[in-house]
Amino acid sequence: MKKVLSLLAVAFAALANSPLAAAVQFGFQDPETPIARQIYSLHTLILWICVVIFVLVFGAMFYAIINHRKSVGHKAAQFHENTQVEIIWTLVPFLILMGMAWPATKTIIEMKDTSNPDLTIKATGYQWLWGYEYVKGEGDLAGVSDGIQIFSRLATPMEQIYDKSANKDDHYLLEVDHELVVPVNKKIRILTTAADVIHSWWVPAFGVKQDAIPGYIRDTWFKAEKTGVYRGQCAELCGKEHGFMPIVVRVVDNAEFQDWASKHRSDASPAAATSAPSAEAAPAAAEATQVAAAEPAASSGASAPAADGKATYDGLCSACHAMGIAGAPKFGDKAAWAPRIAQGVDTLHQHAIHGFKTMPAKGGNPALSDATVMAAVDYMVSQSK
Amino acid sequence: MEAVHGHDHAHDHGHDHPTGLMRWLTTTNHKDIGTMYLWFSFLMLLTGGTLAMGIRAELFEPGMQFWRPEFFNQLTTMHGLIMVFGAIMPAFVGFANWQIPMMIGASDMAFARMNNFSFWLLPPAAILLVTSFFVPGGATGAGWTLYAPLSVQQGMGMDLAIFAVHIMGASSIMGSINIITTILNMRAPGMTLMKMPMFVWTWLITAYLLIAVMPVLAGAVTMLLTDRHFGTHFFNAAGGGDPVLYQHVFWFFGHPEVYIMILPAFGIVSQIIPTFARKPLFGYTSMVYATASIAILSFIVWAHHMFVVGMPAAGQLFFMYATMLIAVPTGVKVFNWVATMWKGSMTFETPMLFSVGFLFVFTMGGFTGLVCAITPIDIQIQDTYYVVAHFHYVLVAGSLFALFAGVYFWLPKWTGHMYDEKLGKLHFWLSIIFFNLTFFVMHFLGLAGMPRRIPDYAPQFADFNMIASLGAFGFGLTQLLFLYVVVKCIRGGEKAPAKPWDGAEGLEWTLPSPAPYHSFETPPIVK
Ligand code: HEM
Ligand SMILES: [Cu+2]
Ligand SMILES: [Cu+2]
Repeated sequence: MKKVLSLLAVAFAALANSPLAAAVQFGFQDPETPIARQIYSLHTLILWICVVIFVLVFGAMFYAIINHRKSVGHKAAQFHENTQVEIIWTLVPFLILMGMAWPATKTIIEMKDTSNPDLTIKATGYQWLWGYEYVKGEGDLAGVSDGIQIFSRLATPMEQIYDKSANKDDHYLLEVDHELVVPVNKKIRILTTAADVIHSWWVPAFGVKQDAIPGYIRDTWFKAEKTGVYRGQCAELCGKEHGFMPIVVRVVDNAEFQDWASKHRSDASPAAATSAPSAEAAPAAAEATQVAAAEPAASSGASAPAADGKATYDGLCSACHAMGIAGAPKFGDKAAWAPRIAQGVDTLHQHAIHGFKTMPAKGGNPALSDATVMAAVDYMVSQSK
Repeated sequence: MEAVHGHDHAHDHGHDHPTGLMRWLTTTNHKDIGTMYLWFSFLMLLTGGTLAMGIRAELFEPGMQFWRPEFFNQLTTMHGLIMVFGAIMPAFVGFANWQIPMMIGASDMAFARMNNFSFWLLPPAAILLVTSFFVPGGATGAGWTLYAPLSVQQGMGMDLAIFAVHIMGASSIMGSINIITTILNMRAPGMTLMKMPMFVWTWLITAYLLIAVMPVLAGAVTMLLTDRHFGTHFFNAAGGGDPVLYQHVFWFFGHPEVYIMILPAFGIVSQIIPTFARKPLFGYTSMVYATASIAILSFIVWAHHMFVVGMPAAGQLFFMYATMLIAVPTGVKVFNWVATMWKGSMTFETPMLFSVGFLFVFTMGGFTGLVCAITPIDIQIQDTYYVVAHFHYVLVAGSLFALFAGVYFWLPKWTGHMYDEKLGKLHFWLSIIFFNLTFFVMHFLGLAGMPRRIPDYAPQFADFNMIASLGAFGFGLTQLLFLYVVVKCIRGGEKAPAKPWDGAEGLEWTLPSPAPYHSFETPPIVK
């Protein structure tokens, strides 16, 4: 079979006259988690059962087409029912289906078991980027990465997308500015939610796809068995840039993870593009399905230390303010900011926290504390006057 | 009933049909209305097809080529809406109009004026859909499924689409009431339910499905409308609503809808295969039961479209088992068709070619449906090109091929001329080759991880996308050949006898070709 497939691959590639012949892929990506592996073999099993049935049924049909045709002088028989046969071809498929349902059921139950994770990360879909927040947990990794926040956006430059003559990166459309970093061989629980419309968090090699639904929290899990970089995409139509919000997960060994986490937890580190203060606790009761994401999570400010305005700006606000998208005053554009600043900085704080025209409340991330948002505003104002 | 017969008589004696445009605007004749349905749906097929060419052109190679991403989304959305509601569904109603009265020995449809009205609702709906491209913000880009909250965010094009869906729903419901009443009340003496042709059976069941689910769709889009404009929060969590509710309501309509689009196709194929095998349909009774069980099961499987929204395990298991169960009656149908061909005396005129093509390729779609039904696998392939492949195998190679088969089968009866057999066969071979070229490779794309509804993709998907695009252009052009064959047949050709197919059975073949304006003036007696 492999041989036939690779022959076909060559034929297809020749047809398309493409230099990518070697990369042509017919099936699932290589599975890298126990669940993905189960899915892979389930698919192989069912595909083969289908192929066998298909060959039998259509073997019979083509036999009839060749032999029972008028042009070879075949006379039509006139039978039109046979209860025994009909019962058989109702019952046998039923039994085959039960055979398929059994392993599938086992896999479903395993997929659904998100209990006892080593690390919990909340993934929030925004139009059009992913936000990740390392939730305070128990497990072995307790305290290591609590509160780290990452905003993860497409890193492919616009001219590669829109300019035909530009060379495309190796990971064209599947690369981000800040990857999600997780340790290898640990059970990672992903909580999904969204700020605006439904998105879907999907990493094919992990066998994980979970819709991210605004106002609700859902969960899923994976345990990556090899270090490396794994790429996926948003899988639910979420508007204009739906095709441009990839997911990249970097799986690293434990020591490297500790290292990365400690760097990103310290606010001082300038390299930590998007770290946020640890007071940014995630919703504690993630179990509860309905967490009104529109309501700020537990952390409305009080004890939050002065946040790093620049980091928040870089990670979130810049999505619109860097370019002045959707009427946003452009970062550093003094003329655009002057009338705004004239309203008084309190008004600007309030607008940023509660939303203003097309500006979403807290830039679309309700999990941010008021203080964080205010710090970001102050930073933007300071750089724009 | 009295009224209808009286009216028919007035017509027979008067023979003062208006001519020109007024004839078509005011006609209450089932054949005229059927013709209009068929031309309307063909026009929509070309419109939706043009949009598809726009999609495939953009996806021909990586990088954005022609459109902005938001316009790409409008193309996919309107392609879906126009094909489902404008092309496939009205085409089957066109067949129902032409064939049901002739096949059950009636003179016309039961409610002749309502019949006129249900057709004339469609052009305004189509105009709404097409003009929505030109309003500020353009057409809706929320996908044919119109998922909230994305659909709540859309511009005015969305409102036009909602209104169009309302109108088309009303049209379908009226059409269904008409069909059910006609079938239940106007059969020729002696034609018991279990003697009805399969096509009539499948439409009877389909009409009930339509009446059951079109109001559900209307409810879903009305809630969208009020969320958009009147401050309700059905689908907004911040106001106590739930975005997933929309999906439940939509798919409660949506899954039966896919059977609405395939059951009449089963009916057409069940007329054609016995004709060209010169042998009665195998397992007529079990075909009827299989059709009915598919229809009933179709109400309890909707959430298989929602395996990744995060249902509890029990929900996933229930919907997986129920969906797998549908494969049983579907399998029975396939086996019955093959058994009908077995030991027949087959010939392969164009209708038979399309029917055998249907059987072969639709069954692949059935198998991929089964693959999608297995929840863990579906979690990988939901919202990927695999699903796109699946539903085009069942809707294009299924519904559309059956429609082509039906057109070739009954064209001699409708026009009084034989179509050009050579060109008909050419149409078949080009269609099936280009169809598979387009859609087979999409399975690979989906498995390898290409999401659906994206305007640009990573380079590893480039080869198959290029093949799919080439296939799609070929498939699109091929349909112009179909237009040519049909027009040629209408304008002339060898005269068709009353029964052009020697294996054909049924009342429609007892009428002369072309069939008279009023089918059966006096009901025939069925032994
Ligand atoms: C053996 C029979 C079938 C089974 C088991 C089956 C199963 C499924 C499943 C599980 C899905 C959801 C896939 C996903 O979104 O991940 C699906 C999608 C779909 N199926 Fe089928 N199917 C069958 C036959 C049909 C038929 C006969 C039609 C129509 C003629 C049809 C039309 C569709 C459509 C239109 C979609 C996708 C809609 C969308 O998401 O836009 N299916 N099918
Ligand atoms: Cu998306
Ligand atoms: Cu379905």
